[in-house]
Amino acid sequence: MSVTEDKQACIIGIGQTDLCRKPGSGMTQLGIQLKASTEAIADAGLRGRDIDGIMPFPNLGHAEAFAANLGCENLRYASIIHMGGAAPCASLQAAGAAVTTGMAKHVLIPAGWNGYSGARVKQTVSQDTASIPGGAIARDFYLPFGLTVPPQWYSLMARRHMHEYGTTAEQLGCIALAMRKHAQLNEAAVMHGKEMTMEDYLASPMLADPYRIFDCCIETDGAAAVVVTTVERARDLDKKPIRILGAAAGQPYPADEITNRKDIFQTGLTIAAPEAFATAGVTPSDADFAMIYDCFTFEVLQQIEEVGFCKRGEGGSFVEGGRIELGGDLPINTHGGLLSEAHLLGMGHIVEAVRQLRGTAGERQIADAELGVVTGWGDFGDGSIAILSN
Amino acid sequence: MSDYTLPLPELDGLHGEFFAHCKNHALHFQRCDDCQTFRHVPREMCPECGSWNWSWQPSSGRGKVFTWTVVARPMHPAFVDACPYAPVVVEMEEGVRLLSEVVDVAPADLEIDMAVEVQFDDVTSDVTLPKFKRA
Repeated sequence: MSVTEDKQACIIGIGQTDLCRKPGSGMTQLGIQLKASTEAIADAGLRGRDIDGIMPFPNLGHAEAFAANLGCENLRYASIIHMGGAAPCASLQAAGAAVTTGMAKHVLIPAGWNGYSGARVKQTVSQDTASIPGGAIARDFYLPFGLTVPPQWYSLMARRHMHEYGTTAEQLGCIALAMRKHAQLNEAAVMHGKEMTMEDYLASPMLADPYRIFDCCIETDGAAAVVVTTVERARDLDKKPIRILGAAAGQPYPADEITNRKDIFQTGLTIAAPEAFATAGVTPSDADFAMIYDCFTFEVLQQIEEVGFCKRGEGGSFVEGGRIELGGDLPINTHGGLLSEAHLLGMGHIVEAVRQLRGTAGERQIADAELGVVTGWGDFGDGSIAILSN
Repeated sequence: MSDYTLPLPELDGLHGEFFAHCKNHALHFQRCDDCQTFRHVPREMCPECGSWNWSWQPSSGRGKVFTWTVVARPMHPAFVDACPYAPVVVEMEEGVRLLSEVVDVAPADLEIDMAVEVQFDDVTSDVTLPKFKRA
């Protein structure tokens, strides 16, 4: 969709809570998300009553409850995009459309949970298959054989990639190490102060071979939120708008069943990325950084390929030699990501991209960052992408 | 009463029909009567040609290992004692893929493209699961 500059969507406020595992946040799931939301609203220079659109994360809250707590008396637009960890970037796309067309003026997108102290993924996804699309398929055709949780689903693809393209454990390790290295520059990161070497990585026990423990994101308590409005509206506010140049979402085919895809590496991002770049009028090589949804190491490698940062099969060599670390050609997840900062469901990736584009990323600031790519990944490979610029 | 403790499929709808064939120790997949395309998991319509006409057709039972994972740490309480075990994706001669297990190959000895054939495991009086052995 072509829009005038005035009507272009932008992120005007960000918020993020403290992050922790033990002893837990001490807040409810709604409470911790409200905390991040109030920060994002205040950061935007707005008040609760200004928020007239809310897009909660799937299965983690209702717009009605957010509105009732935040004093959103004029809620006009409320929807949830059921794409798991792809929801935040997909919500940026939808919120952008909502503000551009006037369906809402200021859309709040919160995400957060007590992912450590509350119900753990192995208790939710594994034992409540109804919480995922394709739930009856998982219940009847996966669960009887013990395929129960995301690292097991996706490791099926990782092994196939290793077979077809020679991708190695050490290359997956490069991704884990880059995230951990970045977390050392982020005092808020749960893995701050806990460095990791390749030896540490390779020695970590297998969880779902080829995934070791250190290939897997950390389960944490925390929340983050953003507020989306138009560039025109942002002129009346204090913060520099971070423009959403292009955003798109997509699904693999079939999206509800992970084993019968003709092209097992095709994800929603394969469809979404070209659309977002076309809308933005830029190419992957224009990006100064990328925030890639890093639920597991291989998913980073796969998304690097499907975004088009390199060709299919070249992701393994792409991540070697520090290319994805700060100082490299394409720094990825400068905050430490889901692997080493905290599992903020992908919203932390958007917040970090805004920090980089505002120039407020502190020690981990990328000099002159102007254009960033953020991705999301969820369920059986749903994908989303947002291309942001200052 | 069965002492089988692992999760079982529910036996309703098209999924139930699939497992009813398994109970008879026959592996059947849906095949479109119009374009002849096999499909799995069961679907109402043919996603290839849009046809509603289909029938259950016997599989050769032969396939090859497409990919697998080895669950080293249990993430579901029912599978605590089963670790390590390997959920395996088998690509059947008919072109469809099926998640199952290979009962006579240790997880460490699995190989991509390993030839396997179906066998049936009557895990309870109601449910039979299609599993595989090395061909």
